[in-house]
Amino acid sequence: MAGIDVQGLSTVYPNGVRAVDGLDLEIADGEFFALLGPSGCGKTTLLRTIAGLEQASSGAVVIGGEDVTGVDPGKRKVAMVFQDYALFPHMTVAENIGYPLRVRGESKARQREVAEETSGGLSLAGLLDRRPGQLSGGQQQRVALARAIAMDAGVLLLDEPLSNLDARLRLEARTFLKRLQRELGLTTVFVTHDQAEALALADRIAVMESGKIRQLGSPREVFQRPANTFVANFIGSTPMNLLDAVVREGFVEVAGTRLTLPSGISLADGTPVTAGIRPEYLNAGSGDGITGVVSTVENLGVSSLVTIECPGDALVGLTVPEQHEPEIGATLTATPEAGRLLVFDEAGLLLGAAKVAI
Amino acid sequence: MGFVAPALLLIAVFLIFPALWTIYIGLTNYELTGPNAVAPQLVGIDNFVNALNDALFQNSLWLTALFVLGSAVIGQNILGFVLAWTLRKAKPGLRRTVESLVLLAWILPSTVVAYLWFAVLDRDGGTLNSLLGSEGTAWLVEYPMLSLIVFNTWRGTAFSMLLYSSALAAVPPSQLETARVVGASGWQTVRDIVFPHIRGHVLTNTLLISLWTANDFSPFLLTAGGPNHASETLPVFIYRQALEGGQLGYASAISLLLLLANLVVAAVYLWLLRRKS
Repeated sequence: MAGIDVQGLSTVYPNGVRAVDGLDLEIADGEFFALLGPSGCGKTTLLRTIAGLEQASSGAVVIGGEDVTGVDPGKRKVAMVFQDYALFPHMTVAENIGYPLRVRGESKARQREVAEETSGGLSLAGLLDRRPGQLSGGQQQRVALARAIAMDAGVLLLDEPLSNLDARLRLEARTFLKRLQRELGLTTVFVTHDQAEALALADRIAVMESGKIRQLGSPREVFQRPANTFVANFIGSTPMNLLDAVVREGFVEVAGTRLTLPSGISLADGTPVTAGIRPEYLNAGSGDGITGVVSTVENLGVSSLVTIECPGDALVGLTVPEQHEPEIGATLTATPEAGRLLVFDEAGLLLGAAKVAI
Repeated sequence: MGFVAPALLLIAVFLIFPALWTIYIGLTNYELTGPNAVAPQLVGIDNFVNALNDALFQNSLWLTALFVLGSAVIGQNILGFVLAWTLRKAKPGLRRTVESLVLLAWILPSTVVAYLWFAVLDRDGGTLNSLLGSEGTAWLVEYPMLSLIVFNTWRGTAFSMLLYSSALAAVPPSQLETARVVGASGWQTVRDIVFPHIRGHVLTNTLLISLWTANDFSPFLLTAGGPNHASETLPVFIYRQALEGGQLGYASAISLLLLLANLVVAAVYLWLLRRKS
């Protein structure tokens, strides 16, 4: 068991790209941690630098209190599962799982024993003598996990663990992965571009952009109080409404209406800001709110995403429960739930307390 | 059918007919000069029996096996793989330079290459003797087979290197990286991960370079089979029997034996290749 401490880490590729840029990060022992961001944000490079597959240009990686910055991947006591699982096609499932022990020169019997022990908890028991090519995607993933667990390392690194599975299987595997991580209590870091995956699995999330961490927090913090407009935009299955607004007499003037400024924020009249609110936190009603004309209705299953056109050409999305969908062209008022309105300054940073008020 | 006729005709005239002709004169006492040149007589399998009892033929067979094993199966194969494996991670500039040099040894005409090696191995003032400080060593006379094996390894490695380069590109990087994370050594990685992926390539490559080496005539350019038959591989032996000894019938019979040996080697490789799946 081991925590990970990343100190001022930069990884620069030979072509000059700074994939990871002066990054600090502390991951606690036993934590389930997500590196989240759009493609090209450096999340995979960070994971590979922790594994030792990429050479850090500056800074340090400390695993379990030991500085491993210049240490070979094989001597870092990290296990890694690749996106394509990287199972050895010419070995049986048991040989694949036992391979870390074979490298260490353990006996064949011991390799088999560990393969049997590890595979039991991963429902692979009957498959030990098959080849990877004869397994389904989900089974292959579990073999790769079993091989990583058999390494008996303190840290488990997962690169896009769910992206090679089809949609249905992905949900199953997600639940399975979360249970497995809790049972093993293994410090686990995974990379994903899917915000829903990160929110569902992780204890904490680092949202990354251009080699830097834009926000570090629990799924709740990242979802409810995004630290900046980048995170606000990236998190959430329906995009957050981010509207140009101006402060007037203690109110936020947005899309033709005035909304109450969140408590604890006082800004001079005329300050331009960005008002942010999630479609899920807007209710269709008749109270104070943003009024507009319904332009599209998208069915999301239990709810529908309604887009209204407001004064000043602003488009505002809100979700309404099923069977309460308005007609296209109807006039609708969207009222924010109390405490859900966020205000970002001109630089895109969240104003007010960063922590979640529960 | 009509448009392949000219090609088929050429194949018939230059390949099939000579092959059948070789089989036929292998059964005669045909000679280059003398009465047997005018009226050769059928002698059945006498030539084959004589060859198998001929100490010079046995010597040639052994030297050919040594030449193939030393310079192709071991030399070119291993050097080619090591170059491909090492250059994989080298800087592009270095990689291209080494590849070009290795390739150059392969594409130069045999006569040019043989001449270069005379200059390198010369007894007086040869480059190798100057480098080693071993003036007066006549490499081609004192170590003829070793010289030929080193020469042919140097000459033919390019093919194996190129073949293995492209084979290695097909090994999924994530599998190599998994091996690294698990802590496998370079040798363990090659043995457990890389070799199973490229096994088919290794067999195909070994088959091709073995056959090319067994039939290679360039040893004649360096040592002409000497001294005293010490480097007389089968193609050289056949040439000398036919054109220096004038024994066309005998030489043809040995050609057929070499062909049969090639077929046996090919059959063994194909059997190994098929056993894979």
